[in-house]
Amino acid sequence: MKKQIPLLLVLVSGLIMVIQYFVPHPVSEFVFTYANDFVIVIGILALPIGIFSLLRNTWAKAKHDRKERIYSIATFFGFALMVVAGLKRESLESGTLYMQLFQNILVPAQATLFSMLAFYIASAAYRAFRVRTMLAAILLVTAFVVMLRLIPLPEPLSTWNADLVRWILAVPNMAAKRAIIIGVALGAISYSMKILLGIESSYMGRD
Amino acid sequence: MEVTWGTLAWQTLAAFATLAIFSFLIGDNPLYKFVERLWVGVTTGYWTMLLFWTSFWDKVWVPVMQQHQWHYLIPVALGVLMWFRLSPRRGWLSRYALAFYIGISTGVFIPLAFKTGVFLQVEGAIRPVTADMVGLNFLLALLGLICSLSYFFFSRHHTGLLGVTSRIGIITLMVGFGAGFGLTVMGRVALLVQRVIFLRDYVTNLAGKIF
Amino acid sequence: MEARPEATRWYDRLLSVDRRWIYLILAIAVLLPTVIPFSVPTGISNEVRSVYNFIEGLEPGDNLFLAIDYDPSTLAELHPMTEAILRQAFQRGARVVITSLSQFGPAMAEELIARVAQEEGKQRNIDYTFLGYKPYPGITILAMGSDFRVPFPTDYYGTPVDSIPMMQDIHNYRNVKAVISFAGGNVADMWIQYGNAKYGVPVALGVTGVMASDYYPYLQSRQIFGLIPGMKGAAEYEMLVERRGQGSRGMPYQMSTHLVILVFMVITNIAYVAQRRARRRAAGAR
Repeated sequence: MKKQIPLLLVLVSGLIMVIQYFVPHPVSEFVFTYANDFVIVIGILALPIGIFSLLRNTWAKAKHDRKERIYSIATFFGFALMVVAGLKRESLESGTLYMQLFQNILVPAQATLFSMLAFYIASAAYRAFRVRTMLAAILLVTAFVVMLRLIPLPEPLSTWNADLVRWILAVPNMAAKRAIIIGVALGAISYSMKILLGIESSYMGRD
Repeated sequence: MEVTWGTLAWQTLAAFATLAIFSFLIGDNPLYKFVERLWVGVTTGYWTMLLFWTSFWDKVWVPVMQQHQWHYLIPVALGVLMWFRLSPRRGWLSRYALAFYIGISTGVFIPLAFKTGVFLQVEGAIRPVTADMVGLNFLLALLGLICSLSYFFFSRHHTGLLGVTSRIGIITLMVGFGAGFGLTVMGRVALLVQRVIFLRDYVTNLAGKIF
Repeated sequence: MEARPEATRWYDRLLSVDRRWIYLILAIAVLLPTVIPFSVPTGISNEVRSVYNFIEGLEPGDNLFLAIDYDPSTLAELHPMTEAILRQAFQRGARVVITSLSQFGPAMAEELIARVAQEEGKQRNIDYTFLGYKPYPGITILAMGSDFRVPFPTDYYGTPVDSIPMMQDIHNYRNVKAVISFAGGNVADMWIQYGNAKYGVPVALGVTGVMASDYYPYLQSRQIFGLIPGMKGAAEYEMLVERRGQGSRGMPYQMSTHLVILVFMVITNIAYVAQRRARRRAAGAR
């Protein structure tokens, strides 16, 4: 019963929403609106679980690993700083301490973390991107042509390159990506139907 | 525009965070780890307060406690049930809230995924074949699509006609991935460029203030 | 005469370069435009022009919906195009409704909106409304189709939406001309799937370079009416609105780093082919 009733709930609520899509009656719209509204509220109350888990794991790390302690303190310090800075609603507006900390710690750190990918991609282009097979050569040549459009070439090379890139993006790239979209959509739909029918229930966790 | 000392102080903090993270390129080091963990804490704290004010306060507390919209007590009760996921013995209680959430999300997703990911995509692929470049391109795109889809058909060995189409399909896919890689380089470099421009502006501001 | 050991051959040396040299060369390439400024010509693509033409076609009083759905990790590419479009919409006299459905987007969005609105002389709640953030973008996008007030009873600042003057006649997607989403993740797919497919609202996307090539099928099937891909797309848009911003300023840096990476690709493959040939010759000789 601990699993059967929830699985039945999944099936019933899911089927109602599928049927609702095809029924334009005001009652159907009413059900849809309130279902979404309720899901938003459930989700809002569920999210703090993630925050709590992070803090709990950081605490556990600080307790058991002396080398990690200073870093865990940094995490708690950053968290406490933002919570205190954000205690008033007005803190969410520009110019406040909360926003300054966001702009001058969160933004530069996150942006820099992701900007290092540029170095890794350059390293990958040099050390790994080699024409071992014909297919790799096709990939390499296409990437080369697409990247070339950012280099100012003399005419008529510049126009030819721009036209070729436009064609590559609009025809073969579009066809390939469309195949992936259709494949992924069919896969996602079949997985969703498995969830509705209770065949897939790993999200429920173990008893 | 003249930069104040206060702004410069904040920019110094941002520049320090930037250079500390960049130091990872030389090798993992305590400065990088410290700033990274600080960032994790700041990120979590930021999102906690954002979630509290814009979501919990506006969507839960005010409607229930101030506006007395008692029907919201139903999702509130279900949301509280989600917290039992943390309990090893009573974790099964969270399944009721999860079931409601998963059922509704899945039920909404299925028809729209069919429409967006299958029907409209197939409709877009089927166009009149005209005796010009546009018609030829549509034909090539349609052939590319069919061949790419045939590559992912694993219920039969890729021999004979299927072998030919799947070969054309993988070539089409490689062209698509190559185009993707070319644009990805631009995307990754853009992030680095923005950091460099920030550091350049910071050094300019600092030099302007000091000298 | 003794054969030269493998490691000293030019192609082996080239293929075993320490990655820190690669980082250093890239760092020099990206710093070059700082020392030697230059400009790069940019052509304009049809998919970017479509978005521009659409905004240019707005009349004063028309409602536009902007979804600022990115976070600091994609700020470099998406912030310039967001600013250009927001500014253009204000200059056309459009009323703009804005949301930010990514976790770390609202603060960036708030700073941008407040700054651009002040520069263009626009007033909050009269000319624009910033509804703010809600988690679960898919469900939020769906709920907004019924009424923006369902997920957003108040705006980002806590003002009840019912009391906002410009929102009196704006209830859902039927009351806006289009949605333009600036997305660094799969929220773009949600706007297509839930916004356009369910409610029929015209959608255009501003996306990162990494994602751009994936959205051409939607462009071709007219599920989106425009696409602004990455920093180059932002630079193109800035050219169209005739206002140089971070997108245009970033293009010389893009050019120098792309040139270096292209040279890397050529060098490594020349060395690789030479090494392969030498090994085949050696294997044949044995």
